[in-house]
Amino acid sequence: MRTAIQIILTALALVTVASGAPAKAADSVDPAADAKAFQKYFTDKFPKLKLSDFVNGPYSLNEDMHRQWVEKEEFPPYQFSLDAGKEMFEKPFKNGKSYADCFADKGIGVRQNFPTFDEKEGKVITLELALNRCREANGEAPFSYVKDDMAALTAYMAFTSRGKPFDIKIPNDPRALAAFENGREYFYTRRGQLNFSCASCHVQNPGERIRAEILAPALGILNAMPIYRSEWGGMGTISRRFVTCNTQTRGVPLDPQSDEYRDLEYYLSYVSNGLPISGPGARP
Amino acid sequence: MASTIRVRATANGDTTEVQALIQHPMDSGFVKDAKGDLIPPHFIQQVTFEVNGKAVFVADWGTAVSKDPYVKFSFKGGNKGDDLKISWVDNKGETDTTTAKIA
Repeated sequence: MRTAIQIILTALALVTVASGAPAKAADSVDPAADAKAFQKYFTDKFPKLKLSDFVNGPYSLNEDMHRQWVEKEEFPPYQFSLDAGKEMFEKPFKNGKSYADCFADKGIGVRQNFPTFDEKEGKVITLELALNRCREANGEAPFSYVKDDMAALTAYMAFTSRGKPFDIKIPNDPRALAAFENGREYFYTRRGQLNFSCASCHVQNPGERIRAEILAPALGILNAMPIYRSEWGGMGTISRRFVTCNTQTRGVPLDPQSDEYRDLEYYLSYVSNGLPISGPGARP
Repeated sequence: MASTIRVRATANGDTTEVQALIQHPMDSGFVKDAKGDLIPPHFIQQVTFEVNGKAVFVADWGTAVSKDPYVKFSFKGGNKGDDLKISWVDNKGETDTTTAKIA
């Protein structure tokens, strides 16, 4: 009897191994195909929208909100932050250097290239991270990743890149592919007491209401960052958005700019390649 | 420090449309900070819009008005090039003023 069970178990194990292998092969990372399928999912779901409409999130999905938004954009609530960001960006550090020295093209119109993959370090470098590294390299204290100064700086940098399509590159480096896949896995993994993944809201249910809010599509969601959220009563960065999402699903948020969040940003930005930067944005 | 007031005024026929955004915390005095201490009230009490020295819009505000308030209104009269003066005063006696030209 026992041997019979063992044989069956062994057979089962063999079947699992055998069927597991090709499934894994079919699941190997092809970011370009992944991005294409991702964008197709959204354009099929919302056939009336142009690809570039997705960067305006919920405002493209609901007519009432769209009208309010058009009016709001005449005098956008992120204006003060944007002005402050411009001032900060142009003001040199104590050592005489400035942010412009840390970026290609003096930091003007480069937002669409972030996050990048640093092949020396083997990790994803986001714009927020690059900005703080720039500060530290020049003897300045780093900013908080979630709001205020960091949001103002990224708001200005996004503003100078408005209309430029996201152009995230994945170099031919297994670590870059791994970062992309890691980000994708994070995006689709359920977590928190409510057992939501990022995709539960932003892939399955964009355009639907969650209480009073209309959920934004994941496609183009980072193009509008940083955002002024009325709910926050202020500006927030991509890091803040991730932390809040995790908290709202009653999960434990990670540290801003932790490896997982950086990979997630890499994945989410890559699949929105080709969509124009619209940041800074305003959201309810 | 840049002005706390952003304004845009456009004359359109015989009416002028004014939009303004004011940077102000508008603390109601009922909200606590991270340490649990009450944030003292700090809010704009009066906003005034004047064209060529004549008040066209005066508002008495209180704690119910949101942070960084936005105002939009239109009035009869006002010509391109007229001076529009906006000022606010809050409960701490702080104040700011700016002047813009009607476009």
